[in-house]
Amino acid sequence: MTDSPRTFPVREDVERRLAKRYRAELRFRTAGLTAIGIAVAILCILIGSIASEGVPAFTAKELVLRVELDADRVDPEGDGSVASLRRGSYNRVLQDALREAFPGVTARNDLRTLFGLYTPLNATRLMDAVLDDPALVGNSYVFTMPLADDLDLYLKGRLVEDRTLPTAGRLTASTDGDIVSLRSTTADFTALAREIEQSMAAEARTLELRVEQVRLALDQVPAADAPRLQAEADRHAAAAVNLRQLARAPDGFLPLTGDVPSVIVESGGQAFRLTQLAVDGKSARGEVVLGSGLVENADDWTLYVVDTPESRRRVSDQLIIWTRSLVEREMIQTGFNTYLFANADSREPELAGIKGALYGSILTMIITMFLSVPIGVFTAVYLEEYAPKNRVTDFIEVNINNLAAVPSIVFGLLGLAVFINFFGLPRSAPLVGGLVLSLMTLPTVIIATRAALKAVPPSIRQAALGVGASKTQAVFHHVLPLAAPGILTGSIIGLAQALGETAPLLMIGMVAFIADAPSLGLAGFTEPATVMPVQIFLWSDGAERAFEARTAAAILILLALMIGFNAVAIYLRRRFERRW
Amino acid sequence: MHDAQTQPTVYHKNSLGGSDIKVEVRDVSVSYGEKQALFNVSLDIPDKSVTAFIGPSGCGKSTFLRCMNRMNDTIDGARVSGSLKIDGAEVNDRAVDPVVLRASVGMVFQKPNPFPKSIYDNVAYGPRIHGLASGRDELDAIVEQSLRKAGLWAEVSDRLQDPGTGLSGGQQQRLVIARAIAVNPEVILMDEPCSALDPIATAKIEDLIDELRENYCIIIVTHSMQQAARVSQMTAFFHMGSLIEVGPTEEIFTNPLESRTQDYITGRFG
Repeated sequence: MTDSPRTFPVREDVERRLAKRYRAELRFRTAGLTAIGIAVAILCILIGSIASEGVPAFTAKELVLRVELDADRVDPEGDGSVASLRRGSYNRVLQDALREAFPGVTARNDLRTLFGLYTPLNATRLMDAVLDDPALVGNSYVFTMPLADDLDLYLKGRLVEDRTLPTAGRLTASTDGDIVSLRSTTADFTALAREIEQSMAAEARTLELRVEQVRLALDQVPAADAPRLQAEADRHAAAAVNLRQLARAPDGFLPLTGDVPSVIVESGGQAFRLTQLAVDGKSARGEVVLGSGLVENADDWTLYVVDTPESRRRVSDQLIIWTRSLVEREMIQTGFNTYLFANADSREPELAGIKGALYGSILTMIITMFLSVPIGVFTAVYLEEYAPKNRVTDFIEVNINNLAAVPSIVFGLLGLAVFINFFGLPRSAPLVGGLVLSLMTLPTVIIATRAALKAVPPSIRQAALGVGASKTQAVFHHVLPLAAPGILTGSIIGLAQALGETAPLLMIGMVAFIADAPSLGLAGFTEPATVMPVQIFLWSDGAERAFEARTAAAILILLALMIGFNAVAIYLRRRFERRW
Repeated sequence: MHDAQTQPTVYHKNSLGGSDIKVEVRDVSVSYGEKQALFNVSLDIPDKSVTAFIGPSGCGKSTFLRCMNRMNDTIDGARVSGSLKIDGAEVNDRAVDPVVLRASVGMVFQKPNPFPKSIYDNVAYGPRIHGLASGRDELDAIVEQSLRKAGLWAEVSDRLQDPGTGLSGGQQQRLVIARAIAVNPEVILMDEPCSALDPIATAKIEDLIDELRENYCIIIVTHSMQQAARVSQMTAFFHMGSLIEVGPTEEIFTNPLESRTQDYITGRFG
């Protein structure tokens, strides 16, 4: 016995090989970890970007108006009948309420802009409210409607760059005709004036560079194009000269055109949009948007700048001022976006919802589930347990495996040709969608079920046969229950795949714009509908920017559905899994 | 041609040992596809005794065993010819329903294969599908009786609803025997029932086989010569798909007529 710990004698070459082996193992583990890391990171980026884009769509800015439902407005016949109530001018009611909120707005053009705060489709919602409760006629009623999509985005800070500048002096304003003159006791406008000067200079510089480029290009273009280019160069050159001239502010004022940031001054419920800014930074000229235009030595005033020039955004300064005023007066509230869930599709993003698509998906999935799961499972049971192994069954097996790899749009074409053209089933209907998706899901279900059946040990079949069970009893009493978890998992994965499928549904017309949700009954199966992924596809194509957020929100909802589906699959597998 | 095909089976003089013949086998051959696995086996198996099939791996003894309850039907491409009568009734007759046959010819497999259900359900499954019990009480009685016969009652009577797969290997095998007994068979086939068990569990199964012999015709395939010697009254030696020699166990082990039997028993091959 010795005190030092005993070591095993190791030959040198063995030791070298061992070290190499450990290095190889380490390399492999590192590669695996890196792969997982990259995959997780990409997934996080994906979900994160969708979530950051989509989460704002779950809230809505709503306009809360007290509307007067005068009988002569909403009940033209005066008899309170449904027909009469349907003919009421509800949009006028909404317009009256807005005019009351902004009594100073009278010009036709301004009124038209003002009514852009909401979409006229809300009149229908107001009518529905009245039809629901005719007792409202003749009373005033608090009506909540979503703000126009662009203003919603503006208030969520996703449409423009803006900021509020600090002010130190006291503001005095006086009007002379349409022009309001503003003066501050300190040079509060200085920083702004410098910025405007610089941005004008930069803009002029850009124009001059453009002119130089065009002049250089002049030599290389065909003679026929030369006059057009020359004209362009001249136009830019003139614009540049004009800008430089304006930036020098010959009368001491810098003009604020639509190409530079907008400046808005607010004080005590009044609001002015500046058109000229004094170079000394103490005074400014503008137009009255809200209020009388008279301010005496107010120290509570706001200098609000929208950096995105008016010409490059979809909301005018006027609308921004009115919206801010409504927020100030607490007539705009932020709420959960119920429209996203309670409405079907709409041309107006603020009213567009996924209800129609969700119902369409549910109806389509019901058809798909009740067709593909039983047919698929029993096909697999027959092929796996009963069918003789010969050329015919081999051929069938190869074809089923190939079907699983067929591009889904092919199933759509098949559905169009067979279900719609041959059998004359209605277009855009969940029934046809479900049939097409069943075709697509069948191979998945069959393959998963066969794999699950194969995994049941043959000893179980032998045991059942050994005590005198018939083949069918052996399959249905013992094999199928043991294969159930695998079958469930496979079926649910197949259905989840179908839930996320777009391409085949495009072919059978489920891509149409459908403003009404299908009913969740038997009739719903033949009503025109669309499904979640197609809705996402449609919205992603929408012209309005607000559809971007709704697209992401719909993706989030679809993802949640998928996760739910898979969670159910995992739960069922755990629940039914039995060991042997 | 291989000599196994031409050589006649060797019978010992008093091969039946005086018992009734339960199974009468004449010229049974089995082939799987192109390959013939069993060549013209003829044999008489006595009732209320244990008959052991011994022989090296792949000699066809399991294949032959599976002929008795037509389990070969479940294998694609298997063909069986010849005559196999149990109590004078032809097994290979097309008119015979294998399901009915298997109710009277129980089988115990190499690896314990209880259903992944409760102990009770394992035993009750056979009586249920064959309609042997007309009520809950009757079924309970059959289950208890079968478990008692299989020597398992004392160990599981208080946990009949536990899963059968939770028992130990030896208990599982006895459960499987109870399951086979529950349908009241006349013949019990055992395909190497102890090969997956430890010696203690094996001893228990062997004792059980010895007890069951009083009521059933038991046919057991085994790789263990000692086991064959311990439990069986008759032994048949198979080699290369042919039955080489059959006779009372003592004689086969002490005084085989064939040199190949001698060689196998003494461990010179196989």
